[in-house]
Amino acid sequence: MSDTHVDTHVDGNALAGDLREIFAVDLTVATGQCSGCGYKGSVASLRVYQNAPGVVARCPACEEVVLRLVRGRDRAWLDLRGTVSLEIPLPS
Amino acid sequence: MAFGAPLSSTDTMPIVSPGFTGRRQSPDVQLPPGQYLAEDFPVLTAGPTPRVSTDRWQFTINTEAGQRYDWSWQQLIELPAEKITTDIHCVTKWSKLGTRWKGVSLDVLLEDVETAADFALVQSYGGYTTNLPLEDLIDGQAWIAYRYDGEELTPEHGGPARLLVPHLYFWKSAKWVRGIQLLLEDEPGFWESAGYHDYGDPWREQRYQGD
Amino acid sequence: MTASARSLVFDVPGWPGHLPGQHVDVRLTAEDGYSVQRSYSISSAPDGERFELTVQRVDGGEVSPYLCDVLPVGAEVELRGPVGGWFVWRATDQAPVTLVAGGSGIAPLMAMIRARAAEGSRVPFRLIYSVRTPDDVCYADELRRRAREDGGLDVHIVYTRRAPEGWPGVPGRLGLAELNTHAWPADFAPNVFVCGPTGFVETVSDVFVALGHDPRRVRTERFG
Repeated sequence: MSDTHVDTHVDGNALAGDLREIFAVDLTVATGQCSGCGYKGSVASLRVYQNAPGVVARCPACEEVVLRLVRGRDRAWLDLRGTVSLEIPLPS
Repeated sequence: MAFGAPLSSTDTMPIVSPGFTGRRQSPDVQLPPGQYLAEDFPVLTAGPTPRVSTDRWQFTINTEAGQRYDWSWQQLIELPAEKITTDIHCVTKWSKLGTRWKGVSLDVLLEDVETAADFALVQSYGGYTTNLPLEDLIDGQAWIAYRYDGEELTPEHGGPARLLVPHLYFWKSAKWVRGIQLLLEDEPGFWESAGYHDYGDPWREQRYQGD
Repeated sequence: MTASARSLVFDVPGWPGHLPGQHVDVRLTAEDGYSVQRSYSISSAPDGERFELTVQRVDGGEVSPYLCDVLPVGAEVELRGPVGGWFVWRATDQAPVTLVAGGSGIAPLMAMIRARAAEGSRVPFRLIYSVRTPDDVCYADELRRRAREDGGLDVHIVYTRRAPEGWPGVPGRLGLAELNTHAWPADFAPNVFVCGPTGFVETVSDVFVALGHDPRRVRTERFG
């Protein structure tokens, strides 16, 4: 796709690779709830800002930061304080 | 390679892409470790770009004792300003040399502020924060910058005004700055609470916690 | 392909297979260790250990000119994937499908169109594809052929700057009227996939919601 550096966001889909490196399941299909406004939606539909020192995902309803992911050399930091909960589909 | 081979792990050798150089210049000067020269001025942002008109812009210093000092835009630009030419170093590994700014030294703004604080939490329009020791904001090390390269500072680069603390990684130079909270205890900011180094000295490559 | 896009085919031993709509992360590393990472959608239908990426050259970009013009055939590339389980079409889902592409946003939607044919699915598909000029249509011949041969696939191309000679109507931006006419109506509860530049996706998904579509069935992939 594109690689211009513009001040725009992409979808939570773009988190798939980084999250899949940490979790055994695809978290972008999980349903999250925003701690700012209570909005519920898939992680894939968050607004993701990638041109930053880490990845910042914001609620599409209120723009609150719901997820931050920083990738260091040999570790990652995942901050979910803006997320009340994640509902994760699993095979039955 | 497919899954099972994380992209950034240190124990697997990366595949060198033949002929790939990236959009960089070859450094003819010494840069901090791990840095590359940028040819443009990359725009980094963790959210929507705030558009703050100078009519309603305000800069506030709050002390640990609850005292408050305010400046309107007009008051800010009437203060004695300095021209600063400096190198900047972003933690995402680009550096830019000889950038030219104009702004008001924090020494001027803090001159009449009574405080016993050791720490500062810098706050921005849009909700961004960053922390640093108060001693890194004084003695000619930090400015509230409102012009870049002879022009007004654009919103993309933090206008109307941003903090400029060029001796630390550039995430400390908060865009869209609106105030400083002075504190007795250190309080981590936006990136410092998500894995980035509390202090962020580029020459000691203090990128992440524990560096 | 077009003059500014290139399809890259990768053979990956042990490739687990992908779902149409998924992407891979590509990492390029220079000799001195400098590296960058970008995401690219897979444009092929699942096909063993082989898949295709379609890369649009962005002038002045750091990665796409390299992938389009420099990367030698036969070179190894560091990849992570396939990833993403949301912007994905599954042949088991019988709901009709509306696909809306802006420019190179066609790539993951092409994977869905190709997978539909490969699986012999009869789910009705409508593609609305917005391009600047006739020269910017990716997969032009294949789309023409599929519109003829793949029963239940409608292809509608919107030209925003210049239309082919003899084209009915004038070039213009994709708007409510066009989406109302050429997309499945909300009553049919279609799955809607929109892929393109951020502004394009923003506009199109707003129109779908205004037309009464359930926002959760309007899946988007922006590429900034």
